[in-house]
Amino acid sequence: MGAVELGISAGMKPEGPLLSVRGLTRFYGARIGCADVSFDLWPGEVMGIVGESGSGKSTLLSCLAGHLVPDAGEVILATGAGPRDVLAMSEAERRRLSRGDWAFVHQNPRDGLRMGVSAGGNVGERLMAVGARHYGDIRARATDWLERVEIAAERIDDRPSAFSGGMQQRLQIARSLVTGPRLVFMDEPTGGLDVSVQARLLDLLRGLVREMGLSAIIVTHDLAVVRLLADRLMVMKSGRVVEQGLTDQVLDDPQHGYTQLLVSSVLQV
Amino acid sequence: MIRISDLSKTFTLHNQGRARIPVMAGASLQVAAGECVGLVGASGAGKSTLMRLIWGNYLADGGRIEVGDLDIVRAAPREIIALRRATLGYVSQFLRVVPRVPVLDVVAEPLRVLGRPAEEARAVAAGLLERLNLPSRLWSLSPTTFSGGEQQRVNIARGFAHPYPALLLDEPTASLDAANRAVVLEMIAEAKARGAAILGIFHDEGARAQVCDRLVDVTAFAPRGVA
Repeated sequence: MGAVELGISAGMKPEGPLLSVRGLTRFYGARIGCADVSFDLWPGEVMGIVGESGSGKSTLLSCLAGHLVPDAGEVILATGAGPRDVLAMSEAERRRLSRGDWAFVHQNPRDGLRMGVSAGGNVGERLMAVGARHYGDIRARATDWLERVEIAAERIDDRPSAFSGGMQQRLQIARSLVTGPRLVFMDEPTGGLDVSVQARLLDLLRGLVREMGLSAIIVTHDLAVVRLLADRLMVMKSGRVVEQGLTDQVLDDPQHGYTQLLVSSVLQV
Repeated sequence: MIRISDLSKTFTLHNQGRARIPVMAGASLQVAAGECVGLVGASGAGKSTLMRLIWGNYLADGGRIEVGDLDIVRAAPREIIALRRATLGYVSQFLRVVPRVPVLDVVAEPLRVLGRPAEEARAVAAGLLERLNLPSRLWSLSPTTFSGGEQQRVNIARGFAHPYPALLLDEPTASLDAANRAVVLEMIAEAKARGAAILGIFHDEGARAQVCDRLVDVTAFAPRGVA
């Protein structure tokens, strides 16, 4: 499989961080998108990024995933061939990476799915992009993944436009994870969903993260979501990281004034 | 197993005039393997605060909290996560779970994160729930709608699913009837017998007398001029 090419899917267990981010900065003209962001993400770790709209969390995620070009900084990924600066990679290398070793789950499933292609096709397409050719295998793996995200196998030939929002989101997750990535970026993955559907998706994500040993970076404004999903938390305000640490420590004993405000502003039910 | 020395904690409320509230200074205590130490002191004296500092969801200002070989005060998040997986268990008064996950899986989860197969983890969970008299017709339901006593038993089952070498117990018998209280005290005694170091808060004096080897009054850990 093509995912092996950059080595992080090859069963290699890096002794250090999977991802090391240093001084990542992106301006929009004179305005700060995100500034001087640094962190290490270790294999199997789930990190949440929280902050209000405009805090720079989505800009940061886009820079990390290669959707936006930062103005400064490094994103070092542990690969079979040693540490590589993702930002210095060729376009072709980066594309290969985003097809196999890492995945991006968009808030709106329509941004991550091909709406005119069947559910099975959406999942199978990712496999073909990393070199799978045998139709029977592809269909079998697609069926398996639909079941893992709790979509009935008989819906395999339906288009995502016939699915509910929650199903579309689960399909996007199947499409993202079918190639066995090591790292997943998620932008408000439960954002547009009903609360009951959110819980189901959270449960699903937790199980997949645990079973696959995934590392993940999840951007959200929902503190309840990060509490249940993330090991670590980073709080952003005006493009800068104001606080980071263990998720329950940041939420239960926030050190920065902004985080204290954020935590105390959550409505209790 | 648990060694605390010269621990201090102050809360700074940035949005309330930067008020600084010192809550603990010079706290020291040790819990050996196979020992159960009970924390006592009036409400607000800092018993729960101390438990949270050890669990790592409160950040200490100074001092040391060693659990096994790890100093929680200086540990990186991933080290604390690893410690919570294998070494340090916590039965809190609150059950925080993903809605919709069945009780059986909630209790099996600590074993699943340690890599135990699903069936095996569920079998351990079932044994614990049975022992704690939680009717099996509830096992496939989410505990979010359970009564206080039922939720507490789910929490206890979770905390005893893996034989953690160190255990924090916050009022483990508070909402239980006599029969279940006896079961929990028996489970605590068994954990001691296998060598667990246990630190607990028990308002229930009978329970305290039955399982605690020593008591530590946290009033002594109050910062000077506060208590």
